[in-house]
Amino acid sequence: MDAKDILGLPKTPLSITQEKKSRPQKDSQRKPDGISREVYALTGGVAPLMPSIDVSQLKRRPPSDEKITWQWLPFTSSARKDNLELYHWVRVVNGVPPTGDYSFAKYNKSVDVIRYTDEEYEKHLTDPKWTKEETDQLFDLCEQFDLRFIIIADRLPTTRTVEELKDRYYSVSLAILVARAPSLGEVPGHPLVKEPYNVTQEIERKRALSMVLSQTKHQERKDTEVLAEAKRIAESRLAAQAAEEPDIPATLDIGPESAERAVGSGDTISPSNVQVHAAAAAPSTSVIADNSSTLASLRMLRVYLRTYALEQMVQAASSSAGLRTIKRVEQTLQDLGVNLKPKVPTKAVCAEHLELRKEILTLLNLQKQLQYKEAEGSSFRDGSYGDMPGSSKRSQRAVDQDRTFVPDSISFGVIPGDRGVKREQKRKGPGRASETPSSPAGAHKRPRKMKASDL
Amino acid sequence: MGKSEDSEKKKKMKDVEISVPIVYGNAAFWLGKKASEYQSHKWTVYVRGATNEDLSVVVKRAVFQLHSSFNNPTRIVESAPFELTESGWGEFEIAITLFFHNYVCEKPLNLYHHLKLYPEDESGPMSTKKPVVVESYDEVVFTEPSESFLARVQNHPAVTFPRLPAGFTLPPPVPQDESKRKRGDTKDHPLSQWFLNFSEADELLQLAAARQQVQTHIAKLRRQISLTDGQNQPFKSL
Repeated sequence: MDAKDILGLPKTPLSITQEKKSRPQKDSQRKPDGISREVYALTGGVAPLMPSIDVSQLKRRPPSDEKITWQWLPFTSSARKDNLELYHWVRVVNGVPPTGDYSFAKYNKSVDVIRYTDEEYEKHLTDPKWTKEETDQLFDLCEQFDLRFIIIADRLPTTRTVEELKDRYYSVSLAILVARAPSLGEVPGHPLVKEPYNVTQEIERKRALSMVLSQTKHQERKDTEVLAEAKRIAESRLAAQAAEEPDIPATLDIGPESAERAVGSGDTISPSNVQVHAAAAAPSTSVIADNSSTLASLRMLRVYLRTYALEQMVQAASSSAGLRTIKRVEQTLQDLGVNLKPKVPTKAVCAEHLELRKEILTLLNLQKQLQYKEAEGSSFRDGSYGDMPGSSKRSQRAVDQDRTFVPDSISFGVIPGDRGVKREQKRKGPGRASETPSSPAGAHKRPRKMKASDL
Repeated sequence: MGKSEDSEKKKKMKDVEISVPIVYGNAAFWLGKKASEYQSHKWTVYVRGATNEDLSVVVKRAVFQLHSSFNNPTRIVESAPFELTESGWGEFEIAITLFFHNYVCEKPLNLYHHLKLYPEDESGPMSTKKPVVVESYDEVVFTEPSESFLARVQNHPAVTFPRLPAGFTLPPPVPQDESKRKRGDTKDHPLSQWFLNFSEADELLQLAAARQQVQTHIAKLRRQISLTDGQNQPFKSL
């Protein structure tokens, strides 16, 4: 069978005929107007899709009803405090020069630095590490330089770090703000209150940043390796102690402090990373281990949807199961009249749903177990330890054809009374009619292939 | 506060989560006689609190990303109710991104909703009075909420407040000026008569019944297995 037949593609490619058609068209288009052929070829040799400059537009002049002249005129700017008069070219329309302020004056913005009175200083702002003169100087410079602290730090005669200056400035401003506010209610909205300046945090942050910046490539590689190692240790620890997991950020402190700090809020440790390592670290995937590492990665997300969380937990719980088993679980859910994805995924509903899925998995595993044991038993009884090629072939065929059957034994609501797992007496499959219900043919020493019908 | 106290607190707060039940979806009205080829339906896509309470205590803004054939397909809604009304003819997936207040969470969250205009039952007549409504229930879960978040939303009806670990006290809530804010709840929303009801009770019952059946079956199987083990035992000792 030709691959093209399978895919339903035409046997003769269309493209060739299309190419032949388009080429003669291009050839006839290659007659340029007004410029030589070589120059036209420079621009690509093809007519442009859209004219870049409409040639007719070029000849047109601006609307002739207006008389435009350019004049060298004086101007002043409201941004200046002196009355300096400068000159520049001005576009004059019909003899009327433009009015209004200098167009760049609006960009002359400055910061509102709160200035305190001496009284206020005495009452609220005294500090053992700062004299009044220094504080006054600081505030003058802040106003003059619009809070450009690096410049201010340079200008102050005393040797203070930028963080100290910022700390003093922001804490003084905050204190004045609070002191001046007529009621407590108006204060919370102010940015100074919402996000106060944290000196130690700032120092740490800058130190970490400079460390990251100065990291050599070698150091970077070493850091990522150690981080990965630390994560693996953390994950395996989580798996081992499901009850008393240590905080993830705490365990990551094992790694090089600089790298961990440089990572900052830990948001860059993406959840997918964590799950990959979880899979690597705990190959003997016990369900508890999966659950706790999923929980941990969910927690690191900070915000997620309940449906997403359920999906992850279901995946984790079914990680040890093959695709067929998962399909069987879903079929069972449907048979039980349960939505595969809950319509109202509240916390309780999701928890119940997850437990139900786990119980169904247990059920399926138990059924498999029972089959094995019963097969064992019947092989003992039959005493047939030799190879029976004929019957094995039959069972193989049966496997292929029965694969898509829904196992009867799991159809709830149909089992009358207390009979537990029934053998497939009801079902008719090719080559199965001759088999006795209690001994599936082909039970020999070598491990039996599981048949779909057995479950 | 010493460092050990901090980490103690952190450990206790580890499993504390705040969840906000939401419903998102669309309602679409066929325009009937007024329908044109490109504007056959008038639809509203929205995110609302599951009990129709105001979500703006948590959600700062919602961004609806429409199909590129719409003008300005990125629509930003800065206040509750977080909804968008448009007219068109096509069904497509709308990506809704929820941005939260700073004290809530710095990361946004994405929801995806497939806009539904045409009724499931294609043979039935289309009505201009009864809209096609498709809604999905979900819960937004915030892990390790900050103290300011907890303080801000305690007693708010839109939020499922967690049980705090023993000995944990919150600062008293900052009194909000109710009169200034616009009503952001959807209790009297013009579309509220069409909103679907989501009750977890039915689903819980369903699940409990199913679990019961499965557990019974498991017990039977275990009995069977031990029985079979007993039958096989004499052979194994050979």
